[in-house]
Amino acid sequence: MLDGGAGAGSHVLQTLASAGDDHLGWENGGTARTIRRTWLDTFDWRLYRAGLTLQQVLRGGQAELVLASRDGDLVATERLPAGPRPKWPAMAAQLPAGTLRDAVARAAGIRALLPVARAVSSVGELQALNEDAKTIARLAVDRMAVTYPARASVPARLTLLPVRGYHGQAGKVGRAIGSLPGVSAGADSALEAALAAAGARPGECAGKPSPVQLAPDQPAAQAMAAILASLLAAIDANLPGTIRDIDTEFLHDLRVAVRWTRSALKLCGDALPKGLAAEFRPEFSWLGDLTTPTRDLDVFLLGYPRMATSLVGGSEADLVPFHDFLADSRAAAYRRLVAGLRSARSGRLRGTWRAALGDVRPAGRLTVAGLADIKIAAAHHKALRTGREITPASPAESLHDLRKRCKELRYLVEMFGSLHDPERLSHAVRELKALQDCLGEFQDADVQRAEIRGIAEQMMDGNRVPAQTLLAMGEIVAGLAVRQARARAQFAGRFADFAGPASRTRLAALARTAGPARSSRA
Amino acid sequence: MKVLATYNIKGGVGKTATAVNLGYLAARDGYRLLLWDLDPQGAASFLFRVKPRVKGGGEALIRGRRPLDDAIKGTDFAGLDLLPADFTYRNLDLALDSAKQPAKRLASLLAPLRGEYDIVVLDCPPSISLLSESVLHAADLLLVPLIPTTLSVRTLDQLTEFVAGFNGHQPDILAFFSMLDRRKRLHAQILQELPAQRPDIATAAIPALSLIEQMSVRRAPVAAFAPRTAAARQYRELWREARERARLPDPRA
Repeated sequence: MLDGGAGAGSHVLQTLASAGDDHLGWENGGTARTIRRTWLDTFDWRLYRAGLTLQQVLRGGQAELVLASRDGDLVATERLPAGPRPKWPAMAAQLPAGTLRDAVARAAGIRALLPVARAVSSVGELQALNEDAKTIARLAVDRMAVTYPARASVPARLTLLPVRGYHGQAGKVGRAIGSLPGVSAGADSALEAALAAAGARPGECAGKPSPVQLAPDQPAAQAMAAILASLLAAIDANLPGTIRDIDTEFLHDLRVAVRWTRSALKLCGDALPKGLAAEFRPEFSWLGDLTTPTRDLDVFLLGYPRMATSLVGGSEADLVPFHDFLADSRAAAYRRLVAGLRSARSGRLRGTWRAALGDVRPAGRLTVAGLADIKIAAAHHKALRTGREITPASPAESLHDLRKRCKELRYLVEMFGSLHDPERLSHAVRELKALQDCLGEFQDADVQRAEIRGIAEQMMDGNRVPAQTLLAMGEIVAGLAVRQARARAQFAGRFADFAGPASRTRLAALARTAGPARSSRA
Repeated sequence: MKVLATYNIKGGVGKTATAVNLGYLAARDGYRLLLWDLDPQGAASFLFRVKPRVKGGGEALIRGRRPLDDAIKGTDFAGLDLLPADFTYRNLDLALDSAKQPAKRLASLLAPLRGEYDIVVLDCPPSISLLSESVLHAADLLLVPLIPTTLSVRTLDQLTEFVAGFNGHQPDILAFFSMLDRRKRLHAQILQELPAQRPDIATAAIPALSLIEQMSVRRAPVAAFAPRTAAARQYRELWREARERARLPDPRA
């Protein structure tokens, strides 16, 4: 691929057309074709991160999907049938069955495909001819105008396609074109070029809470404001997708950002101006609670196929009324969620929070490294103390409590992640995650058992449930109890690893490596 | 993958013109097609502007020292590739003679191309030889151009009888009249009677026109450079009959 430079397309064509030597000639390949491209990816760029690009290409009234590697090698194509074209966003499962769908589904998982860029191209072609007037290569000149995410024009892109069996001769042609003034080798794919022209970059996703780049001696208040502003940006980024119900992960990521915010306010609120955390904690608690019913039902529905196929005594058909009940409940919960997210209270919360964060000024002598040390050490200590009190006879609530402490520790470690040595950080997170997974399995099973019981009662109240459905639901509850018992049996070992001297030393060291400057004289 | 072969013991009856035009029409319909120019004279290679040269010669291909894949050239038409002729093809009989199961050798050489092409067209040299026997064994459908004379029809019968003697795979045969001159009473009479009487003779008939000879000047299929002419129409009709006869699935299905 070669870049023709701004406005260089016609110049290159003219230069080439008149540059035929004794052995090489050029012929115009006919009228330029108009091609409309829509590049598709998930909101968090799963295809791009898996080394793929997917585009819907419309030319001459025919539409096809083209899946290629980021280097441009074709992976699969799928011609779209005539008639109404797919409406984006869409799940991979809605694409026509075939190799392309399978590859896209593997990369996209449970996320929807949505347009990430759109462009209209006028593509002309020149044919390079040898001394027998035989075509040995085709040179496509693509003049692309980006229409989304912003209107922009892209320097003409030249692509030389050797005809089979003529790679040697075509290579010479390629070198000749590369030496023309105004032509340079371009490493970017068409998607990357389109996004760059529109001022964007593939792979950038504001929707995932991620560690903010911090300097160890940064004043703590200022650093916390930066962290919380980044979390607010993640909330804002996920809000439209949640309201449009594009896929379940918008709500999930929105909840994660809210949870991080709540933990940051709870654990580090004292680093912020007085009264700020106390003022906003109840509001973020409201926002978190607003999202819970829909998410709980999403978790049920996402896990439904696994539940249905795990039945031994019952059949999948028995569970259909349960599925319908979940789907109806989810629809009702979603309506309440959207009303809440669109409410004046939600808008006011985000507006006043943004303004309040903008007003935070450096105050006191505490640095962010010092704050991270203190808070990580305290959270670590608290998690160890809570865990040590758990015995085989302890109630489920005590494990739930430990799970919360571990989550808080994890948030702190990740929130201040940029202050730590990446290798130590990843090691510490891995050990913590092993314990969290066990606690998560235990609690999720416990909560789902209770929820299924509640749902069964509601279904019976409404007189909507056949006996075989209740029996199948009972089987699921029994399966959950087995999972819960297995997690409980694993707990002691996982906690022993976490509380062991090696892990303890690593986490303690993590707290210390936050930086030498515990306080600033400034 | 279906293998079609244009075959006649006689030369100058329109085998290459048929292979080139049918190849072009099939590719235009969306089939991925390879035309193998087996004639050392290299007429099909010439018409597609490809040099009649294969590294290592025909023997390297027949003995498997060089995969067919390596020698294939793209033509100027999308979906239509060519395996060029080479002057050493005049010795293909000798190479085949020393190969195991020479009659089945072409079929086994073509087998690895199954995923890459929907159709292979073999353009045969005029002869009756070990090579032509190997072509007859590899082909699913033989396209046999006939000059509309009684003798030509007798030759077709001999060919049909010869193929019927094969054990196992036997190619289907679709003959068609070529170099037709309607001004000649015998041509007109044979054309009127025989296709109606014999299902192995196509209704399409290729006229003897200078336009077809022009192919060697234009170096392109007549169906490409003069698509609205009677010759192009007859090639299209012949392609339709051949496609039906070979039961080729719709390439876009």
